[in-house]
Amino acid sequence: MLDVSEIKTIEHDVVVIGAGGAGLRAAIEASSRGLNTGIVCKSLLGKAHTVMAEGGMAAALGNVDSRDNWKVHFRDTIRGSKFLASWRMAELHAKNAPARVRELEAWGAVFDRTKDGRINQRNFGGHRYPRLAHVGDRTGLELIRTLQDHGIHQGIQVHMECKVLNLLTDADGAISGVLCLWRETGRFMLIRCKAVIMATGGGGKCWKITSNSWEYTGDGAAIAYDVGAELMDLEFTQFHPTGMVWPPSVRGTLVTEGVRGEGGILLNSEGERFMFRYIPERFASETADTIEEADAWLTDDKNNRRPPELLTRDVVARAILAEVKAGRGSPHGGAFLDIANRRDPAFIKKKLPSMYHQFKELAEVDITKQAMEVGPTLHYFMGGIRVDADTQETAVPGLFACGECAAGLHGANRLGGNSLSDLLVFGHLAGSGAADYIEGRRGDKAAEFNPEVVAKHVRAATSILNRESGPNPYLVHDKLQLAMQENAGIVRTGEQLKEAIAQLTALQPEVDQVKADGASQYNAGWHEALDLSSMMITSLAVAKAALMREESRGAHTRLDFEGERAEWGNANVVTKKGSDGEMIVQREERPAPPPELEAIARATIEELESGTVG
Amino acid sequence: MSKRTFRIWRGNAEGGDFQTYEQESSEGMVVLDVIHGIQAEQANDMAVRWNCKAGKCGSCSVEINGKPKLACMTRMNMYAEDEVITVQPMKAFPVIKDLVTDVSWNYEQNKRIKPLQPGKPEADGDYRMAQEDIDRNQEFRKCIECYLCQDVCHILRDHGKTDVFVGPRFMHRLADLAMHPLDTRDRVPEIVEEFGSGYCNITRCCTDVCPEHINITDNAIIPLKERVVDRYYDPIAMLGRKLFGGGKSSENTD
Ligand SMILES: Cc1cc2nc3c(=O)[nH]c(=O)nc-3n(C[C@H](O)[C@H](O)[C@H](O)COP(=O)(O)OP(=O)(O)OC[C@H]3O[C@@H](n4cnc5c(N)ncnc54)[C@H](O)[C@@H]3O)c2cc1C
Ligand code: SF4
Ligand code: SF4
Ligand code: FES
Repeated sequence: MLDVSEIKTIEHDVVVIGAGGAGLRAAIEASSRGLNTGIVCKSLLGKAHTVMAEGGMAAALGNVDSRDNWKVHFRDTIRGSKFLASWRMAELHAKNAPARVRELEAWGAVFDRTKDGRINQRNFGGHRYPRLAHVGDRTGLELIRTLQDHGIHQGIQVHMECKVLNLLTDADGAISGVLCLWRETGRFMLIRCKAVIMATGGGGKCWKITSNSWEYTGDGAAIAYDVGAELMDLEFTQFHPTGMVWPPSVRGTLVTEGVRGEGGILLNSEGERFMFRYIPERFASETADTIEEADAWLTDDKNNRRPPELLTRDVVARAILAEVKAGRGSPHGGAFLDIANRRDPAFIKKKLPSMYHQFKELAEVDITKQAMEVGPTLHYFMGGIRVDADTQETAVPGLFACGECAAGLHGANRLGGNSLSDLLVFGHLAGSGAADYIEGRRGDKAAEFNPEVVAKHVRAATSILNRESGPNPYLVHDKLQLAMQENAGIVRTGEQLKEAIAQLTALQPEVDQVKADGASQYNAGWHEALDLSSMMITSLAVAKAALMREESRGAHTRLDFEGERAEWGNANVVTKKGSDGEMIVQREERPAPPPELEAIARATIEELESGTVG
Repeated sequence: MSKRTFRIWRGNAEGGDFQTYEQESSEGMVVLDVIHGIQAEQANDMAVRWNCKAGKCGSCSVEINGKPKLACMTRMNMYAEDEVITVQPMKAFPVIKDLVTDVSWNYEQNKRIKPLQPGKPEADGDYRMAQEDIDRNQEFRKCIECYLCQDVCHILRDHGKTDVFVGPRFMHRLADLAMHPLDTRDRVPEIVEEFGSGYCNITRCCTDVCPEHINITDNAIIPLKERVVDRYYDPIAMLGRKLFGGGKSSENTD
């Protein structure tokens, strides 16, 4: 019989799950409020997804174009989100991002500079002005390393290579603890705590072609869902237009949007710069419609409109897909991305060093001489755990969420660069939200949880090792990925989504019976098997939400329901667990936006700049 | 598609040995892809670290045919079709299991280094730094903490001087701070006394293996050594300064 009291138990006030930008920033905040703070993460410190971010972080510093300010950033974010972002979150984000970036500099980040020695900013899709603070094309590394080097001196305890399996709640349903598994030893650990901040990132590993690493299995959403948190906007899965398409083993690996921001263009097999044919009505007035104007923008971005390659990601990804379908794709089924004929080699190597390196080493392509081949890759979850805009608290008392695993800021489509700033702004707010919550509860009795629940969770994990035989977890993962890749891709139909749900449902018995060989110590097969249950919940929730939204908006494109539909323009899809364990998916109307914010979002750029609105 | 022969070290702290696997490799694959194939089809429980599969996170450090490398950036076509590929964990660190080693010592060293202590920003709230004054810092800050340089440094690998020398990765972290235009700390005494800059004898093995091509020896360690010597009024300092430049590139950053 399993004796729960034998599981090592430690205590923290706050447990942050995840050590990406969001988790680290949240932990720094919580610990600065005097709380005993612990971080748990699946990989080593410094290896989270954030390290891979390339292009930059968006903040209206106005260093490069002084016309920029929070209102323009807010307007860009809302428009990019197809009017589905949380108004309050988009406001908080645009207002707070500059301070968060400056603070990072004081903690040691060394951003690229302008001529007058301030933080340089680059252009990115959907952003009206050069707005992305960056370090070449390794901005995420700078962000995570800076937070890491600052955070290790704040008394935060980091539990690395430790996977959170479940959240534990007390009799009132409030957070009281966390059950984890040390990957290295295969031992379990319990953490007694008053609050948890979820910062686990996305769930790209549910698809075959993705820019995401093995860690992104939707754990945060699934674990939070299990104890009663609501999920929102999961149908909005972002396909980045430019992933590598060749060689096969790196299919999906990201090619930063910075390539287009620095002047790169997209061509089809006929050499046509095809993006001019895909400019949506809503952006027509702000987008160049001739090659001459688009080219002139490179040297004079004040008097010329932006090239269509810098339209929002959903638009560019669908355009590439359409070109390939029309038989105008590149040899390996993508489009050509050319910077070689646009900029000189020294410029390319200075501004895009890691892209240069990546193509040289992995594809034997010299991007200063040849075009790259690129195609869409599953990249980002706009949806996730539903949170309160100001405190980041979820529907579960004591459970907070921030970063990619939380929903709200990006609505139907995220602008590039808005994630890194999201991590800092809402990581900071989640840390203070959790601290306020704990201070408000002072004098409460110690956190308690039910040992029987713990025992049940532990048995579920160990039975994967102990059973005699069962399906190979790697092969089950392959099947799951195929179901999503083929049926919940960049364009979807109701039939396909029903097929995805049917395939996933049929896969459930295999997931329940997977078998991992070998001992519990650093057992990759066991870890893979444990991630499967999160991926099942995440995939199902995505497919069901996508089936419910009968329109096409942002990253969600339904071939059977083309175009945006008025009746969906102000509604979210919310998913939660029912009392019998069934998945409840429902549509919820959104409250009316604050009039002053709505006026800013709907204003023309001229009205905003002249000050007649806002 | 072709079958390739891999010898992979399997075991844990108590011991282990090489196991041989035959596995398919197709066009464009890297060593990590083949290891993943073996893991999925022949050895489910085999331990190997990885995250980005694009040379950005520094997780997949191993020794391939005796050379410290990132498994995700080592292309199969670097090796002859009939060449046996031997993969083992980094030697300088204690093994946990199979290809995974205990690198926690590195995290402890980083913690010993005092963080940046910037002065006050300008009146408008912004700091000013010229791009040419931070080019060097940005070179060091490309570091992905793969610890391959730590793995090859003979002071750590062969002489086990982990109690007195922090190794090349943290020598250049110290250089980054010492050359940072905003930092106000005097770091010279601890660089020699606590972090052991004197132990490095400039063999350049660290620079040779760095996947980020950081010139650790010439751009970080030698300038640090030069500053140390400078502090002790050694006449060599004058020579060193002439040879390598040095001193904070811009103490005054208006
Ligand atoms: C290649 C690439 C390039 C990108 N470029 C940009 C860019 O230029 N600009 C931009 O704004 N955005 C970019 N993004 C998006 C952005 O990087 C991510 O959205 C962001 O880094 C997510 O950060 P996070 O803190 O939410 O989580 P992550 O950095 O994803 O970290 C998640 C953490 O949670 C931990 N974790 C997960 N599950 C568990 C569990 N069960 N138990 C314990 N720990 C767990 C992981 O170990 C990890 O530490 C890019 C993304 C990719 C993949
Ligand atoms: S140059 Fe110095 S730090 Fe680098 S490997 Fe040689 S002894 Fe070690
Ligand atoms: S300096 Fe180079 S070799 Fe050393 S840890 Fe950093 S990236 Fe790796
Ligand atoms: S997996 Fe990230 S460097 Fe190899």
